[in-house]
Amino acid sequence: MTKITDEIVAEHGLSTSEYEQVLKILGREPNLTELGIFSVMWSEHCSYKSSKKWLKTLPTEAPWVICGPGENAGVVDIGDGQAAIFKMESHNHPSYIEPYQGAATGVGGIMRDVFTMGARPIANLNALRFGRPDHPKTRHLVSGVVAGIGGYGNCMGIPTVGGETNFHESYDGNILVNAMTVGLADTDNIFYSAAAGIGNPVVYVGSKTGRDGIHGATMASAEFDDDSEEKRPTVQVGDPFTEKLLLEACLELMATDAIVAIQDMGAAGLTSSSFEMADKGGVGIQLDLDHVPMREEGMTPYEIMLSESQERMLMILKPGREDEAKAIFEKWELDFAVIGKVTDTGRMVLTMNGEVAADLPVAPLADSAPEYDRPWVKTEVAAPIMGDAVKAPNDLGDTLLTLMGSSAIASRKWIWEQYDHMVMGDTIQRPGGDAAVVRIHGTDKALAVTTDCTPRYCFADPETGGAQAVAETWRNLTATGAKPLAITDCMNFGNPQRPEIMGQFVGCIDGMRKACLALDYPVVSGNVSLYNETNGTGIFPTPAIGGIGLLQQSDQMATIAFKEAGETILVVGETRGEMGQSIYLKEIEGREEGAPPSVNLEVERQNGDFVRSAIHEGLITAAHDMADGGFLVALAEMALAGKLGADLDLPSDIPLHAYCFAEDQARYIVTATAENAEKLMKSAESLNVPLQIIGTTSHNELKIGDILSISVEDVRSVHSNWLPDLMAAPK
Amino acid sequence: MKATVIVFPGSNCDRDLKVAIEQSMGTAPDMVWHADTDLPDTDLIAIPGGFSFGDYLRCGAIAGNSPIMREVVKKAAAGTPVLAICNGFQVATETGMLPGALLRNANQKFICRDVDLKVISQNERFVGAFEQGQTVRFPVAHHDGNYFADDETLKRLDGEGMIAFKYADEDGTVNEGTNINGSVDNIAGIYNENGNILGLMPHPERLISDQLGGTDGKIFFDNLVNSLS
Amino acid sequence: MKARVTISLKNGVLDPQGKAIEHALHGLGFAGVNDVRQGKIIELDLGDLSKEEAPAAVERMCTQLLANTVIENYSVELLD
Repeated sequence: MTKITDEIVAEHGLSTSEYEQVLKILGREPNLTELGIFSVMWSEHCSYKSSKKWLKTLPTEAPWVICGPGENAGVVDIGDGQAAIFKMESHNHPSYIEPYQGAATGVGGIMRDVFTMGARPIANLNALRFGRPDHPKTRHLVSGVVAGIGGYGNCMGIPTVGGETNFHESYDGNILVNAMTVGLADTDNIFYSAAAGIGNPVVYVGSKTGRDGIHGATMASAEFDDDSEEKRPTVQVGDPFTEKLLLEACLELMATDAIVAIQDMGAAGLTSSSFEMADKGGVGIQLDLDHVPMREEGMTPYEIMLSESQERMLMILKPGREDEAKAIFEKWELDFAVIGKVTDTGRMVLTMNGEVAADLPVAPLADSAPEYDRPWVKTEVAAPIMGDAVKAPNDLGDTLLTLMGSSAIASRKWIWEQYDHMVMGDTIQRPGGDAAVVRIHGTDKALAVTTDCTPRYCFADPETGGAQAVAETWRNLTATGAKPLAITDCMNFGNPQRPEIMGQFVGCIDGMRKACLALDYPVVSGNVSLYNETNGTGIFPTPAIGGIGLLQQSDQMATIAFKEAGETILVVGETRGEMGQSIYLKEIEGREEGAPPSVNLEVERQNGDFVRSAIHEGLITAAHDMADGGFLVALAEMALAGKLGADLDLPSDIPLHAYCFAEDQARYIVTATAENAEKLMKSAESLNVPLQIIGTTSHNELKIGDILSISVEDVRSVHSNWLPDLMAAPK
Repeated sequence: MKATVIVFPGSNCDRDLKVAIEQSMGTAPDMVWHADTDLPDTDLIAIPGGFSFGDYLRCGAIAGNSPIMREVVKKAAAGTPVLAICNGFQVATETGMLPGALLRNANQKFICRDVDLKVISQNERFVGAFEQGQTVRFPVAHHDGNYFADDETLKRLDGEGMIAFKYADEDGTVNEGTNINGSVDNIAGIYNENGNILGLMPHPERLISDQLGGTDGKIFFDNLVNSLS
Repeated sequence: MKARVTISLKNGVLDPQGKAIEHALHGLGFAGVNDVRQGKIIELDLGDLSKEEAPAAVERMCTQLLANTVIENYSVELLD
């Protein structure tokens, strides 16, 4: 037996005090398999040891929440006996090392999280962050990640309908790949992971186990250094075809009542799935590892327990239902093996070749996972930069072209055209708008889905940035006419052992908490990815937020496209001219400075509720929220989408460039017929909502008096060419 | 009228096709599993898009050898109309029901978007609702839609009115710029010699209502159902 | 008995993957590469199949499934 030395303990990422805790729990030295199990269970990825204290402060409840954080995914009620089940998860480190497979298996993993709970996935989204566009690795990573996401999602036949992509040098050495899946289930047929029923069979289904990705979970919890690329840990390879079969087989079995509990094998594979099931159910589990279907010969208990082979599930069946279940999995040509049983011992006992390979108490291992209150310092926030402190540009038209063709704003069509975003036949708002919208199959209802985060805001002021990320998803859903229901969060940060990083985390969470409370918009699922650092430099704090909202009548949906020339253009919300951290400042003046625009949640809610009601009443023909780049960028996007122009007459109480490019929050552009515009003005006045008529839709051109006159097609060309040009440029 | 949709492991447009046929026909088609050896009585066999058997080996190759395809080939030879979309088109070329083959897109990328197609040869059953030379809009979603046929076959396709659709622009111009995937002569869909099999890469079943962004697919299926009823 | 089947695209069939590899090699400075064609190798473990039976059997596998003779060539190598 391998002697457990200090080196081995350190290689497993356990600190001295954590190892002492192991010795205390066991009352003896662990063997290597047991140490491996502790190491993955207590890794940051599985235990949330640095983040738990703060995650607990997030609001997770609302009358429509059926299941909040802690299960495979969050569940919300969408009426008529149906539930939306969704979650976002990171696959950052694997995607940096092997972009195609890393991204593909990330997509596969999040879909399993959702269908494990009994839901058929109906939409995928991806929040991606890459390094600066001209970094030597960026194009390789973009092309691999996008191909991997498409390769998996397209094959599964689940539409990839939305997401976001940022480029910034803070991600040069640590890209972020956050995948989100939304699924649909019946509220009376949702599956959870708590094992129950002493003696019930523990069943393994799906692909066979190989030596892939051993220690993925610990890798995801350690910083990169220059050697990491050389180490190339065995990367998991995704098999979307098998997952498609697994999906169909699981849903077929779920239509019977044979399943007691089910859990997918994600990070830390068989270890975390079995421990979580036993811990949640307050029971023990005995596994005979000889019965685990294996792809390679001579695998040790250590390797079997830590393998991260994909497309596998663990379930507890009702007694006597094994044959029925087995027939279904065999029809789909998937492995099915009874590998153990539920016990009343409260212990996880693993045997192989007739010997006990591990014998661990479940509850102490799961519950006494270390929890840290890491020291943190509050981020110092710079003063705001108002419009009158920023020089006016020489030419408004050139400025608009620069912004529309910048990395932050240029069209992402090159990406989403590689994703099948229409399969399943219910995508009624395709990528490119504020949020994507998919119908609930066979009903009048639809779900709006989006992911958002503005990392540069979070870096400059974590609290405001955290609130803004939540508010922006809420706004994007609102702009389609949907009622926002709940969010999932994917918290991507640097090394939490550095107080300034921990301060970013604490700040973002605090901002998110306030926004969730103010907007009645709880967190129902999420994931934390820490240690996104290379050589001591962390990424921008990136709490990616995935939001979903419900449209009761899908035919009421609004889109961003101008519909007809001659309609009135209105702006909802106040423009004070907050230009700190704006894309304008970055692209035109080359500085990322100042405080991000302030977030007033009360105003956010009031303005959003106004827009949503107006959409429902049929008063609005198009709606678009203002975000990166500000008013003129949002307006240009509406013109591009509608192949129309605009003739503008803008307010003069703040400098024109500030009106056009400041990133003040809680604002929307809407269009309406002249008659309805009057109605909107009246109702806004009575509700105290700031609303201004600022122009008329027209043909071909964007025009502001004699100051600006620019052809929409010229704008389209810079907007649509930037990404294809970047990807096609010679190496 | 009765219709049948063939389902392979990895098919993923089977439901979409069912919805489109049902919308036009009023009743649902029979869904038949690849391992079955009998086809029900049917006026139309539809082979859906997707990634049958994961597209492993070659797209459509393994599905083409499945038990049900032997029956499909037999019925098709006896004159039963067959509509083979996307992966279905790949399956049809793999079985030899349709000439040529489908290779990886010239730009190596999966491509999903609406495309304009020029109707080349008239075939009342499949495109009777459209005028020869007009354009219709269906979406594509494929990685391997680059149609290949040798010169001799191309001559035959051209000479015998077997080319159904070509990739075009809105105005019906067909040139290199409108060739989204590298297909020879911009070919997007073809008929067999008898004109009872249509294979095409684009998905008419995806544009069957205004809410989805267009109705050319609905017009296509309405005509198909009318002509077969 | 084992067999190795090598499958390649026929001359005249566009091979975009081969072209992409060629471009990449040029990009890496391997200027001497004139052309790249890619294909696949399939290894078959034929169990107890005899030396006499194997060639015909593998031939049938190739024409029926492993290669698409519209676009692909194949060659078979029998290994003991």
